[in-house]
Parts: sequence; structure tokens; C-alpha cells
Amino acid sequence: MALHIVVMAKQVLDPETPLSAFRIEGNRVAAASNMAPVVNGFDEQAVEAALRIKEAIDGTHITVLSYGTGFALDVIKKPLAMGADDLVLLQDPAFENTIDPMLTVAALVAAVRKLGDVDLVLAGRQASDWDNAQVPAGIAETLGWPIATIAKAVEVDGTTVRVQRVLPDGHELVEAGLSAVVTVSNELGAPRYPNMRGIMGARRIQPTVWSAVDLGIEPASVAPAFEMVSLTKPESRVETEMITGEDDADAGRKLALRLREEHLV
Amino acid sequence: MLAGPSVGDAAQTAIAHGAEVVYAVESPVLADAPPDAVVAAAAATVAVAGPRIVLGAKTLLGRDVMPRLAFRLGTALASDCTSLALDADGRLLATRPTYGGNADATVRCLGTPAVASLRPGTVDALEADPARTGDVVAVDAAIDASVVRTRSVERVEQAAEGLRLEDARVIVSGGRGLGGPEPFEQLEALASLLGGAVGASRAACDAGWVPTSYQVGLTGKTVTPELYIAVGISGASQHMAGCANAKAIVAINKDAGANIFKDARFGVIGDWAKVLPAFAEQLHELLD
Repeated sequence: MALHIVVMAKQVLDPETPLSAFRIEGNRVAAASNMAPVVNGFDEQAVEAALRIKEAIDGTHITVLSYGTGFALDVIKKPLAMGADDLVLLQDPAFENTIDPMLTVAALVAAVRKLGDVDLVLAGRQASDWDNAQVPAGIAETLGWPIATIAKAVEVDGTTVRVQRVLPDGHELVEAGLSAVVTVSNELGAPRYPNMRGIMGARRIQPTVWSAVDLGIEPASVAPAFEMVSLTKPESRVETEMITGEDDADAGRKLALRLREEHLV
Repeated sequence: MLAGPSVGDAAQTAIAHGAEVVYAVESPVLADAPPDAVVAAAAATVAVAGPRIVLGAKTLLGRDVMPRLAFRLGTALASDCTSLALDADGRLLATRPTYGGNADATVRCLGTPAVASLRPGTVDALEADPARTGDVVAVDAAIDASVVRTRSVERVEQAAEGLRLEDARVIVSGGRGLGGPEPFEQLEALASLLGGAVGASRAACDAGWVPTSYQVGLTGKTVTPELYIAVGISGASQHMAGCANAKAIVAINKDAGANIFKDARFGVIGDWAKVLPAFAEQLHELLD
């Protein structure tokens, strides 16, 4: 039986955006013109994990799901260029990118149910905007599926998924029956670059677009968990004392003396 | 709430640290704390205790348990909070770093209960006082082994070489600016002189210069040393998320505009390859 993998991929502002270009206006992060969107890095690694499974198991089908508004098609199509088969955009004016994950989870759950035959949901361990790290958990909990987090390797064997999890001082091998949710970490390794064939192929694939109505959900009836009170740039909390010397080595020696004075060493 | 095969003395320890009621969930299924079973234990405790606020820590276990518990309770998790407060109506206000540390969000939690997890090291435990008293309530959670659906097959701990980063009083940490694995030998020597441990940025770990277990940051370890010496680390927000609670950060970087200097108590703008040997030599003289 063919394996159907869903990869959840989020379009985020490039986390490498220099701090100087990062602006907050009215409790939202304002997208400056030089802040390009990208696919969340950990989600690209989830795509990579799916492609490795596809290479091992013939007939694997990879559907990419993305929730949001204002998609940049050339960006969000990158997983297709890497080798995924389909792209479904959950796109609706109500699907704003807020800190509250309740509607996101409701929409993604509805989409997985609508697809119907999903064996495995893969996602990045967290998104580089809100760093919530909980949409996959919410999906597993709502669907009643098992979940394994922070994977550096994912293997499917029959109806079992085997996951190597990253621990702070080692690793853990866990397994669960399908259908299941797995989140992927950077230790999986770099995601592959799309090749020319992949890029051309992705151009020909039109994404499927599902609105809230298509998903059978009523956004206004999904109670939020949070209300944003404020979003601010963190204040620098320390006065920095710059240590200088005649040359770099001298500065190094003075640093040692200064730390000793402060009883830090 | 305490959960385990047997709670034992931990209940009295929690009371000594200020707990007024300890809910004890005991089950053989809770041995080695499988997240599936701990979520079930916590949900059962919430059903008995009826709290307005549920708090946990963003530890290895909390990272798995807390979001799932929140969704099981019909809400979401205010994750990785650095401070908590109550508004005038008694609603939980949770402040947490977002955008890799570039923006602090404060949210009002609307769920009943509100569920939040705290970043380790952001609050100090109340000093233990054995004179404190409290109640221990046994929760009959009736956790069946079948709740554990993600089974741990094997757990491999890398033999910790010396001091754990989380316990180190001094950390010498290296980043992309070191240019390769060799300079980490100098960092090891310096750490050993200071009785500390060596850490690294994600860039250095992803490059394979040091093992993943060295990583300090949002996706690595959260550390709270007295002294954090960052060598060749630019100070990306995601790194600072792991070390911002160090008592003093010292930055050595050749780029005067590096973000790390914003959070550093002491900074040296210079080539680490020249600064570090002289720094180490002077320390040797001072400490011998």
C-alpha cells in the first residue's frame, strides 16, 4: 500500500534578516521590503526527511500543506522543487499568522482529514517566527495520533515509524504505529538543493487552494488561546565595557585582569 | 503534581520549597516518564485539582508534555516564558521571546485553565525550609500501559566528558568565527583552567566541528553560568536565547557590530587567535 506523507511547511520571514531591518509596528512584525520570506528552515528539513523515506519506499506520495495568507508562490513551491508531489495551500483571509495556534491547528487537522489517507505528518520542530513548537503537538492531540519530536532520522517500516530523537546528551530511538506525527530538527542534516528538473517540474504543478469553507471550519467559532498584549524589541540589559589595549594580545591580557578584579575568575 | 512509579521523598521536597498541596500520581507506567503517560497523569490531576493556571518547565520532558497537555485541555501553551504576571482580572499574562529572541511577546491567556511553560533558569526556587507543611493528595489516574503509543526502544547517553554545560559555573563557547574544529582545543584548555565547560553555537555544531551536545541556544541547551565567554560568536538571537541568563557574558569578536556585544558585560574587538592566547596566559599567571 502506498505511503502518504504530509509535510507541514510554513512561510516565514527570513530569520537571517539583520536586526536593523527588523521592525515592530502595532504589535506586529512589519515586513520591510528587504525582508524576503522563506520556507521555515526546520520545515525544509521535514521535506528532506520525507524525501529520504520516499527514496526508501516505492510509491510514497508527499503532499505539502501550508497554512497562511500572502503566499509567495516561488517560495512556498520550493518543497515541490525538492521533490514533493503536491502542494495544498490553506489560504483564507482569516488564516493570519498570529501567535495563537488554535485556528492553525483546526485548519491543518481539517486538511489532514480531508486528504483522508494520511499515514505520516512531518513538520519542523518549530517555526522561526513565533517559536511556539506546538502546532504538531496540537495536531497529534486533536487527531489522537502518536507523536515523536526533534528527530534526526525517520524511517518507516510497514505500519511502524522509527525515529531517532536528539537528546541534549545523546539520542533516543522511539517507535510508534502509523498514523503518526513526527517533528524534525536540524541534526537531520542539510535539506537538498532543488535541481533543474525539480524546479521545472514544480513550475508545472498548480497548488490546490482550500479556504476555511472548503475545510468546513468556521474561523470565528474557534476560540483563541491568547490575546496579544504587546510585542516589543527586547531591551539590552547590560552596559558593555569595551576592553582595549595596544594590540589584540594586550587587550586579552587586560581582559583577564579586569575579570579578576570583578571576581569573575 | 508529581508523577512517577513512586513519588517517595519528592513530595516533601516540593513542600519544603513552598508547595501547599502535592498531587501524587503513581503508576508503574510512569517509569522513565514516557510523555504519553505524563500527559495522562497531568490531565487527570487537572481534572481533580481544577486549577486556573497550569505551569511546567520547558525541559526535555516539558517540551513534549506541555503543548499536548494544553491541547488536551482545549487550549494552547504559552511556551518558553521568561516572565509571568496576573492582570487585574486574574488572567495570566505570559511574556515569551519570539522571532528567535528578536521580539518579546506578552499574551493574555484566555484558556481555562491557562497553560504556560517557563524557560529553565528564569526563576529561582524558593529556598527549602523543612518546617513548611503541606498536604499530599494521591490522584488515582488509572494509567493503562496502552496510553504509551510512542515507545522508547533505546536511549543512548553520550558519556559526558566532565562537567555538564547546564551545571558549569564558567562556559567558554565557540562559534563560526573560529573557522574550524582545531581552535576548540584552546577553548578546552581555557575551560579546564577555569574549571568550566565548552559550549558552541549552532553554526559550529552544524559544521561538525564539535558534537551536537555542545550546542547552546534556542534549539540547544539553556545555560546559566556565572561567566560565559563567547569566542567568535556573532550572537544571533537564537544563540542568545540559550545564554542570556548568564550572570556575565564576555565577547571576543573581530566584528565591532556583532550582536553579541549588546548583551556582553565585557567586550574585546579583535582577532580571537591573538586575544585568546594572551588572555589565557594572563589568567594562568593570576590563578597559579
